[in-house]
Amino acid sequence: MQARISLDDVAALARGCAVLGTGGGGDVRAGAIAARRAIREHGEVPLVALRDLPDDALVLPLSGIGAPTVSHEMIHAEDEPVRIREEIERIFGRSPAAVMSSEIGGANGVAPVAWAARLGLPLLDADAMGRAFPEVQMVSMYVAGIPANLVIMSDVVGNVVTIRPVDGLWSERLARAVCVASGSSALMADYILTAGECAGAVIEGTVSRAIAIGRATEGAADPLAALCAELGATRLIGGKLTDLDRRTTGGFARGTATIEGTGDDRGRTLTLEIQNENLVAVEDGRVLAMVPDLITVVDTQSATAIQTEGLRYGQRVTVLAWPCDPLWRTPRGLETAGPRAFGYDLDYLPVEKINS
Amino acid sequence: MNERSLRIGIDVGGTNTDAVAIDEADRVVAKAKRPTSPDVTEGLRAALDAVLAELPDPRLVARVMLGTTHATNAILERRALGRVAVLRLGAPATTSVPPLSEWPDDLRETVAAGTAVIRGGHFVDGREIAPLDLDAVKRFLNEEVRADAVAITGVFSPADADHENRVAEVVRSELGDVPVSLSHEIGSLGLLERENATILNAALYGVARDVTIALQDALSVRGLVVETFFAQNDGTLMSVDYAARYPVLTIGSGPANSLRGAAYLSGVRDAIVADVGGTSTDIGVLAGGFPRESAAAVEIGGITTNFRMPDILSIALGGGTIVGRGSVPFSGRSVGYRIGAEALVFGGRTATMTDAAVAAGRGEVGTHPVPEEWLGHLAGAVRAADELVADAVDRVSLGRSGSGRSNSDRGDRPLVAVGGGAFLLAAEVPGAGEVIRPEHAEVANAVGAAIALASGRIETIIPTGGEGNTRARLIEKAKEEAAARAVAAGADSALVQIVELSEIPLSYLSEPAVRLQVKAAGPLAR
Repeated sequence: MQARISLDDVAALARGCAVLGTGGGGDVRAGAIAARRAIREHGEVPLVALRDLPDDALVLPLSGIGAPTVSHEMIHAEDEPVRIREEIERIFGRSPAAVMSSEIGGANGVAPVAWAARLGLPLLDADAMGRAFPEVQMVSMYVAGIPANLVIMSDVVGNVVTIRPVDGLWSERLARAVCVASGSSALMADYILTAGECAGAVIEGTVSRAIAIGRATEGAADPLAALCAELGATRLIGGKLTDLDRRTTGGFARGTATIEGTGDDRGRTLTLEIQNENLVAVEDGRVLAMVPDLITVVDTQSATAIQTEGLRYGQRVTVLAWPCDPLWRTPRGLETAGPRAFGYDLDYLPVEKINS
Repeated sequence: MNERSLRIGIDVGGTNTDAVAIDEADRVVAKAKRPTSPDVTEGLRAALDAVLAELPDPRLVARVMLGTTHATNAILERRALGRVAVLRLGAPATTSVPPLSEWPDDLRETVAAGTAVIRGGHFVDGREIAPLDLDAVKRFLNEEVRADAVAITGVFSPADADHENRVAEVVRSELGDVPVSLSHEIGSLGLLERENATILNAALYGVARDVTIALQDALSVRGLVVETFFAQNDGTLMSVDYAARYPVLTIGSGPANSLRGAAYLSGVRDAIVADVGGTSTDIGVLAGGFPRESAAAVEIGGITTNFRMPDILSIALGGGTIVGRGSVPFSGRSVGYRIGAEALVFGGRTATMTDAAVAAGRGEVGTHPVPEEWLGHLAGAVRAADELVADAVDRVSLGRSGSGRSNSDRGDRPLVAVGGGAFLLAAEVPGAGEVIRPEHAEVANAVGAAIALASGRIETIIPTGGEGNTRARLIEKAKEEAAARAVAAGADSALVQIVELSEIPLSYLSEPAVRLQVKAAGPLAR
């Protein structure tokens, strides 16, 4: 495992986070710009494994929440993570030892590099999803049964809000209200745990995995094959995007994308059900992959991940699917983020079983 | 022919500068094609002279429309750029990424005359992030006296321009007559991209002045007293005064001009357009007579901006593309402007796609027959080129101009072939309907500049809740503002129409709101 995240690693990390974003998780570009700027200013960011931290060391999971249109315009203030650290010091009487990404997929996988650099802290090589999910309870700590009883938020003007919710539902409701009052963009810390408590409650190795995914396609003669090999992914279809039906309901960008096969896949048609992220892939009424397994649409030539908003008619794409972390396949994992949690009446089947 | 009834359109391309004269009935009465010179201006004068020479009397010309690459070249070559004092209104927000982050070092050093992030700007819901700190603006300006121009970008200024306008007033009272770029007049939402475009705009004032003077000198030396207009990236025109304020909008006018010219010459409003030049073929889509625009971010000289450019698929295939003897028929290299000397049909020693098209019987060009020993390779190159074009047409043809669906978007649009190398294209292209080859197709881009409309655009955020007809009233107000901007750019106030209106809902807000984009356009005032 590499010891530090350098300027040069940021682009690879961003590409990897986009792949793990499964179509959602927000645009990685702004986070990459902030990360490079922070590394230039404050130096490279050490990347540490959970076992490198003492059991009682505090881990600070951070994520940006709010509307993507807003965070694209009203960019984060540099000191937002500093305010959160100060509040943690007041509450716990000590400082956090490392920053952790709450969501490796998309923007929240890259931006923590900037936050860790600003705080002078290492980044933990782990996250709480191993991918991207749209709701705050869809995290590994919730699946592990850890109560969401403390949420700290800071915003662009310097406000700090500490919430002590009674459960995950209230956590989501109150955090959302604070976010709206703060101008629809805020930085959030939840599930602040010790390194000992993190064991089994976070998904380890995901930052170095994202960097490896990003590196795999660099200079590869066949970027798509290189990416598939790195991910251990199944190619569900290679073809052309021929239909895209978008609708915005309940705050989610929902839609259906249709991919018609070309080359070896000529004659086949795959439809992709999307709710911010790519959730279910269907061919002729048969499900080929479903959430919480990862489904990502990539450009066939460059193997670059294409986000839901970036899907365009006529694009030459390949749809990849690969297994999620085992934690999501437990009964509580599936109850939290399985197909039924997104309104699909499907019994979960692992992607590698369906396509064996 | 009535007195002073002619218009001249000029389009500066990578290889050639084209010019046309058009009469009152929009008929082409003269045309010329000259090589683009390294300084751009020489080639422009040559094309202008060639067209004027064909007219009975140059004094019949009333207007000149110019689409030029001066601004693009200035940025790419870091030449003649002004030094810009950069002000962002947004602190304490936005400090995680300061202005000019990720600019190439040499461009930043050329352009930046100091930056400051000052307290001010707005939230998405219209509240102030912080009261505007005008004292900080004054302190900054008194330190940065060496700036040629000032760029001002406020958070959410497309929805509320008040802070940008107030800072502009302070700049004028402190520094006098220095040009000021305000971001809400230039770009849409997306702070960093809009800020980049605003800074580039401020850096280009000197270039705009030089081009205007060069053009007006060239015109007055030739006895022309005319109104001049510049083409912009969406295929519409702006008056010379307007272009002097928004020079950055002249970047990328070429593809838009060729699409609009193709629409006019062919009489088709929905089509695929292939503009075949010397080194590349640009394939775009016309929807309702206007270019379909790209959703992707546009990079200029290594800087990301959020301009709306025509959605163009460029393939490395043109009249000068070199054909080899290897297993790959061509590699994308071109002989460029040397085609008249190097191609086989001109007695040269390099096999090009022009030779291949001649050998395939698609055109009669040149002075020499194609040598026997090349026929096999050239036939292979034509097959490969046809496949490349068919693939590109197939890619763009499934696209749609909006969220709506119509049969005309379903791949049966005609293909309009324009540009100097249009004869390269096959008589039938899979994925497209009829292949239309209009008269004057080789100068379609200059025609596009000559017949273009003037336009104005506005983007804002409006609440959709509220009582009664608030939303309708705000949309009406935005339409009026867009129309007023089109008139300011030169459009006839009696003929301006709203040509585009889109509402995109925003999430995570206390009350429902939409991002509203309105574009108005109309023919130039007589």
